Amino acid sequence: MSDQDGDLILADLNDSELVEQMMDDLYDGLKDEIAEAVTILLDRGWVPYDILTKSLVLGMQIVGDDFRDGILFVPEVLRSAQAMKGGMAILKPLLVETGAPKMGKMVIGTVKGDIHDIGKNLVAMMMEGAGFEIIDLGINNPAEDYINTAINEGCDIIGMSALLTTTMPYMKVVIDQLTEMGKRGDYIVLVGGAPLNEEFGKAIGADAYCDDAAIAVETAKSMIARRHNQV
Amino acid sequence: MPDPDTQITDEALRDVGLLPFGAGKTLVIACGALAREVLAIINLNGLDHLTLTCLPAILHNTPKDIPQAVENAIIAHQDTYDHFLIAYGDCGTGGLLQATCDRLGAVMIDAPHCYAFFDGTDQFIARGEVTSFFLTDFLARQFDAFVWTPLGLNRYPDLRDMYFGNYENLVYLAQTDDADLLAKAKVCADRLGLKFEHRKTGYGDLTEFLTSRS
Repeated sequence: MSDQDGDLILADLNDSELVEQMMDDLYDGLKDEIAEAVTILLDRGWVPYDILTKSLVLGMQIVGDDFRDGILFVPEVLRSAQAMKGGMAILKPLLVETGAPKMGKMVIGTVKGDIHDIGKNLVAMMMEGAGFEIIDLGINNPAEDYINTAINEGCDIIGMSALLTTTMPYMKVVIDQLTEMGKRGDYIVLVGGAPLNEEFGKAIGADAYCDDAAIAVETAKSMIARRHNQV
Repeated sequence: MPDPDTQITDEALRDVGLLPFGAGKTLVIACGALAREVLAIINLNGLDHLTLTCLPAILHNTPKDIPQAVENAIIAHQDTYDHFLIAYGDCGTGGLLQATCDRLGAVMIDAPHCYAFFDGTDQFIARGEVTSFFLTDFLARQFDAFVWTPLGLNRYPDLRDMYFGNYENLVYLAQTDDADLLAKAKVCADRLGLKFEHRKTGYGDLTEFLTSRS
């Protein structure tokens, strides 16, 4: 931030004030300010993983909670996501270099016939923030794209998204194909999207329906932990 | 029946709906976005056995609320009417509206959305226009209330491509021949950065849905 007109100067804040300010700026969708603050913390010697988890992820959790409680709406969440994405763009290569902890690997995409990717992108970003490696297939994906990627890349989780009533049944096609190949048990399958519900998730044989990005992260974490305990 | 041009406003259909109009013993519970079209079909075909009531069209933006709203309407009117026709598509309820209608013995249109049955549902599905965004007459008139403002594009126009970047066309499915509305729909396409297509559909499958049930 500039020092004109009495604006707050981020570099003048101490670490805890700056982290607090970052959460506010994330809430307000201020992309440039988030990028600036991330750079300041890196210059002060912060580990990239700590910047991610102690400021950006915590900030997005507040955004997610307020969205769920009807305080924030989709446009505001998207602005916050854009701001977080700006911070992530700086941190991502550094996280790889510094060997940040890995929670697991997920292939994610919007199903065949569907081009809606806002929810899917939010989930991918929040999963990435939580330490998952993400392979994002984008939109309009046939079953083989999910399955081949999961097999070839050694994924733990397959995530499918759909916004349309007409496309959500395709998730079952993917799951049935996995079952026919004898590989259903190899992957955690998470599904989400506006017209879905828990009953639908159960009916098609998914491991869980995730109502929003924060729930997707919590569900993935607990299922991965359960898997590790079983081994 | 009310005169749709003088006695009904889009704003009322959007926010409030329409109280029952007619003396028929079959109640059509419609989305407010379909009020004018249902009334036109009733008048054109002399369907005096039908009474129309509408739920607020703005439910379109919170589809999870539609099944309960329809159920409430059926329960509220079940002592007055013998049969219920539900003039809604699935409308993003993920099959829950169909389940509600089945449970309560009401008949609904077998289509994913209103724009599907205006276009002709079989044809609409066969076309598979996954990169098209659709407007009907009502949605063209109410574009700001149903699209632009709820998506926050009035406040954050830079979000437009996050919402519509994967779309290619805006298809205006016209129920009526209205030059002003056609011009308005073209402007909507421009605002969304999409190519424009005009398709005259008339009332599509809605006519058969209403006329085939006596």
